[in-house]
Amino acid sequence: MKADVRPVTQDKFGWLQAAWSERLGRAAEYVVIPALALAASLAAFGIFIALSGKDPADLYFYMYQGAFGTWFSWQNTLSRAAPVILTALCTALPAQLGLVIIGGEGALLIGALAATSAALIVPDAPPIAVQFAMAFAGMTAGGLWIALSGALQHYRGVNETISSLLLVYIALAILNHLVEGPMRDPASLNKPSTREIGAANMIGTIPGLDVHWGLVFGVVAAVLAYILIFHTVFGFAARIAGGNVRAAKVVGLGVGRLILIACFLAGAAAGLAGMVEVAAVQGRTNANLASGYGFTGILVAFLARHNPIAIIPVAILLGGINASGGLLQRRLGLPDASVLVLQGMIFLSVLASETLYGRLAIFRRGS
Amino acid sequence: MADVGLWVVPIAVLGGALRVSTPFLFVSLGECITERSGRINLGLEGILVMGAMCAYGTSYLTGSAWLGVLTAGAAGALLGTVHAAICGLPRVNDIAVGIALMLFGTGLAFYLGKPLIEPTASILPAIDFGWWSNVSQVRAALQINALFLIGVVLAPLLVWALNTTRWGLILRTAGESSDAARAMGYSVNAIRMRATMLGGFFGGIGGSFLSLYYPGSWNEGLSSGQGITAVALVIFARWDPMLCFWAALLFGGAASLGPALQSVGLSQGYYLFNAAPYILTLLIMIITCSPKRTLIGAPAELSITK
Repeated sequence: MKADVRPVTQDKFGWLQAAWSERLGRAAEYVVIPALALAASLAAFGIFIALSGKDPADLYFYMYQGAFGTWFSWQNTLSRAAPVILTALCTALPAQLGLVIIGGEGALLIGALAATSAALIVPDAPPIAVQFAMAFAGMTAGGLWIALSGALQHYRGVNETISSLLLVYIALAILNHLVEGPMRDPASLNKPSTREIGAANMIGTIPGLDVHWGLVFGVVAAVLAYILIFHTVFGFAARIAGGNVRAAKVVGLGVGRLILIACFLAGAAAGLAGMVEVAAVQGRTNANLASGYGFTGILVAFLARHNPIAIIPVAILLGGINASGGLLQRRLGLPDASVLVLQGMIFLSVLASETLYGRLAIFRRGS
Repeated sequence: MADVGLWVVPIAVLGGALRVSTPFLFVSLGECITERSGRINLGLEGILVMGAMCAYGTSYLTGSAWLGVLTAGAAGALLGTVHAAICGLPRVNDIAVGIALMLFGTGLAFYLGKPLIEPTASILPAIDFGWWSNVSQVRAALQINALFLIGVVLAPLLVWALNTTRWGLILRTAGESSDAARAMGYSVNAIRMRATMLGGFFGGIGGSFLSLYYPGSWNEGLSSGQGITAVALVIFARWDPMLCFWAALLFGGAASLGPALQSVGLSQGYYLFNAAPYILTLLIMIITCSPKRTLIGAPAELSITK
């Protein structure tokens, strides 16, 4: 692209216009580049599907149908987006401090276990009290789980990416152990599960929709996280520490405290996702809970560039892709793993697109 | 159950260590090469699963298990190339690409491997080192796979290659100071590309062991974090291939604790014992890492220790 040769405006507000134009250009970059990356990965997936002998046109049609084509698929999409918003926060919050936490799946499982235990301990309490107890237990347990990764990173220098992923496998082992042993419902023969939390204690659906309340929890959590990061002193301090730890220490910020709190809140979000999956979908804890919402959340957080507000639409998009998996399986005979392949492609192309920021000439007109 | 004493457990753990350690060994050797060049590839978990699937598929179609091992290596090298190509772009984070590759490799393997869950393929041969004993447990423990023996040779070979050859020196230069490598006229990206490909090759071979020897079949639950454990193991082994070998044996032993206890009828807490390698990894990292200093032996360019 050629250099801009327009004459400098004589207007005394010209600088304002230029500043705005630059700001808009930068904002547009954050929308256009991920959109390009998404389009590229969809195209790559189409080629991949064509190589397996299926018609890509059918693929895109059924993906749209399964995700956003009908009212029913919209509701399915939104129900799947709910836990993904929460697990994406589990990666996005520590990311403000420069930590790469990928253990949302583990916090989800531990949160689900804790929430189920809370409900089973007080079965006869009023449902609203049981639900509060479940949410509290799930969030606390998930929060502590991820705070452990943060603490190990800060106090022992253990890499938080590896430790949080190891904790996923440990959480899964604990879940399997409890579900097949001490907490097993003797009536669950084929699929070892805990006892059910009871229909009265389920959190139900949003009035007028067939979407459970988890979606509201997710959206509220994302908005709160946004306010926390961008409009509070805590968030400001966290972003300073994320930009430059040494500078943060020089100005006297308690980096350890920041890390522990951010990781606790991150884990609490994922733990709440576990509580929602138990109290709105499964009704009990079993291995079904390890369905990969935690891993989709990592992708969503990166795609949204760790911005909690951007996480909401991205989670709905990815929830839609997840939701369309069933239709692709039935209509095109694709394996259920096709959704995983597409997610992997999106992830790789989004990361590769990082290199484009600040290098596309069309966004540089204002400056 | 009465005639099987508890003395079987250490033998089973030892045998398990010799058997289960092979994927840990290959993945950690591969990761060791990649990390010595200054880049970390967390995607080896995905490469491991992809390698397992490719090996099984090739062995099933051609009847040759060794061809399967080679295909697994090639698939791993290809995924390694993808990692290196994306990381070679400016301002791309290698840890994040590794996470993406982990999801992509696993998804691709599940997708392509769907038709391979049912059929049985020919598996790798084992060499019987227990012929001198007439105790069946000892004989079972000393059934050693040829891939393990290759790994035994490979570890000291890599130490020698990294420390004394021109190739090793260039690789380590890129890992210690990319500026120095550039000043000498080498392309850091090209060096890391080759190191990541080679790392992927070994990672793929590690995967082939899972599907072609132990457990010896292809299914979606085949690998549960061996790849990522092996990455942690490299840190524990201070980026030294020989220490990787001993660490892999230790982890193999930990991983076979659950099955060994189950074989003597102790199935209580089976899942918890299965988590032993992860807990061990975490404990070892807690003990060996320090927030105050960088680790001894850590390549200076590595983002994970910076």
